[in-house]
Amino acid sequence: MFACSRINTGRASLDRSAIKVKTQGGLEGDFAVVICRACKDPPCVRACPLGALEKREDGRVVFKKDLCDGCGGCADACLIRAISMDAEGKAIKCKHCGACVAFCPHGVLEMEEVEE
Amino acid sequence: MLRRVLYIDLDRKESFVEDRYDLFEEWLGGTGVATQLLLEGCPEGADPLSPQAPIIFGIGPLTALFPAMTKTVAAFKSPLNGELGESYAGGRLAMAMRFAGHEAIVIRGAAESPCYISIRDDEVKIKDAASIWGVPATVVGYILRDVEAGVGRRSIIRIGPAGERLVRYAGVVVDTYRHFGRLGLGAVFGSKNLKAIVVSGTEDVEVPDPKRYREIYNQLYKTAVKTDAMEKYHDIGTPINVNVLNQLKGLPTRNFQESSFEEAEKISGEHLADNYLFRRVSCAHCPIGCIHIGMLKTSFSRHHEFEIRKISYDYELIYALGSNLGVTTPEGMLELIEACERQGLDAISTGVVLAWATEALDRGMITEDETLGIPLRWDGVKGYLEAIEKIVKAPNDFYSTLARGVEAASERYGGRDFAMALGGNEVAGYHTGPAFIFGLTVGVRHSHLDNAGYSIDQTAAKKPLTPEEMVDAIIAEDDARGVYNSLIGCLFARGVYTPDKIVEALGSVGIEKTKEDLEILGRKIFEEKYRFKVREGFDLKKLRVPARFYETVSTVGMVDPDTIETMMKIYRERRGWD
Ligand code: SF4
Ligand code: SF4
Ligand code: SF4
Repeated sequence: MFACSRINTGRASLDRSAIKVKTQGGLEGDFAVVICRACKDPPCVRACPLGALEKREDGRVVFKKDLCDGCGGCADACLIRAISMDAEGKAIKCKHCGACVAFCPHGVLEMEEVEE
Repeated sequence: MLRRVLYIDLDRKESFVEDRYDLFEEWLGGTGVATQLLLEGCPEGADPLSPQAPIIFGIGPLTALFPAMTKTVAAFKSPLNGELGESYAGGRLAMAMRFAGHEAIVIRGAAESPCYISIRDDEVKIKDAASIWGVPATVVGYILRDVEAGVGRRSIIRIGPAGERLVRYAGVVVDTYRHFGRLGLGAVFGSKNLKAIVVSGTEDVEVPDPKRYREIYNQLYKTAVKTDAMEKYHDIGTPINVNVLNQLKGLPTRNFQESSFEEAEKISGEHLADNYLFRRVSCAHCPIGCIHIGMLKTSFSRHHEFEIRKISYDYELIYALGSNLGVTTPEGMLELIEACERQGLDAISTGVVLAWATEALDRGMITEDETLGIPLRWDGVKGYLEAIEKIVKAPNDFYSTLARGVEAASERYGGRDFAMALGGNEVAGYHTGPAFIFGLTVGVRHSHLDNAGYSIDQTAAKKPLTPEEMVDAIIAEDDARGVYNSLIGCLFARGVYTPDKIVEALGSVGIEKTKEDLEILGRKIFEEKYRFKVREGFDLKKLRVPARFYETVSTVGMVDPDTIETMMKIYRERRGWD
């Protein structure tokens, strides 16, 4: 999370990280990493009234911050809760840059190409 | 008093509730009612994966009221064998339906794009599930837990990638570690673009005479927690059967080529309990707690980075993904179980399909061209793991045929004699003798739980039974279970619910029935199920028994095909079918 906020926003912040690490409830109680999975038919893109989110040819779902007015529709639309809102009310969305992978010393995160 | 049926139409995205006193009055609830809803809701000859084919869930008059009355029935047309699809699951679903006030749910149509259904009391919402499409069944559980209300009282049921991709034996995972496993309900969900259903409710269940209810409850509870029969399910659990059946020569090994396994001890219930078991859980309102969860410690990178995976195991899974694939390590077997859990596959069918493929490869009926270079061989866990993924992804003709079941695979590639299915359903883990084989053949859903033939065989191993006696025992079980599955109780507690106790329990919730009423009802329910089966093309005369059953010694010695034929004659007579 620090790698994501440091590299993408220049700050040390948990709230500005697009990758979320948390513990999960339920019978199993383990760690979980929440990260945008670049859906085939992304509900966040459909939810955004301003076109701030866009599905690219290469599969990525990218976010244009200047178009975002902070309505939060995308965050609600994403069931895995990969989008959060920052203190200025704009969406925080993974751009699939892989910064987090470079700073994971334990082999938990990996960057891979997926074919659909 | 039960009555409410919730109808959900995925085409129109709407739902409504109808009071169906008529149905519950006549058919009690559970499978009795679900069968009627299937008969009326599924057009004759409908493609099981088309929008016309409905999904029906039902609970019964004792749900949430008595110990171990924990099951929900699912009725559908099976995409695996094209006739009656019926499956039972525990967990919290039955309780959640009861508290939501829906005694049956009928889902029709198909959504245009991935969706899930959220049911909270009378509020039904059909929501977008595009962001969880393709996600493993296990993970969908954690995700929906965070976005849906009702902590502690809700039930979350979902499919994995196998259901989405229409593997004909994909199941539906219920809460954690329970399943509608058999006969392909997962594929029916997938065909409707339905990823999951979340149910929760806040209603109470009232009874007409609380005093009487408490009295009969206490009796049943005492028997449930005190009988030895129940304790065995809690202690070692169903896997106690591994060593038992192994000794009795009833443990199918390497695709039924043998009936005992030299490495059985290593995958036995005792060994697992001593070395891998870390927790037991139970379905909501069950005093037994038979669900055994083992832990598998695996490293995901060098330098001692570990994760602990918690995997529930049961006898049938140990057979299907253990002995029947010649797997000699608990680790390997647990990994295979987990792979099925993530993909949302029925473990029994998957194991039987892989066992057939291993033998077919060994005999040269298929080659590594078909398996895409995967060396399927006994105990080859790595290959099996890869094959499971390929069955779901179906990258070639071979794997997409495997995804249609062992019957389809052997029709296409040969090896019928060792394609271990009866009535189109891959067989459960017993080679105990003729009652098992015959019970699966005539059972309404070709499941070992229709009439427990394996247990009749084990009785016969001590004191031989005539074909008449075996047939009578099978018919009695078939019919009695129609009633029990209408209540709906967990079959592990069936010893607690004698006919007298069922009459009393029903009486205490205001349903007056006699034992005779229930006997007649049991027979009628059986007949109604056959009505659906026959309507959809089932023909008992055309059923095939794989020769392998006659080639491998069983608990009661070699099985003679003539015994099965004799039993069939007697059976038809007794059922009045000739
Ligand atoms: S943010 Fe969520 S909904 Fe949007 S593409 Fe990523 S995972 Fe899908
Ligand atoms: S928060 Fe921004 S990106 Fe998200 S839906 Fe609203 S405008 Fe679009
Ligand atoms: S015995 Fe097991 S399966 Fe049956 S209700 Fe209890 S916990 Fe569930």
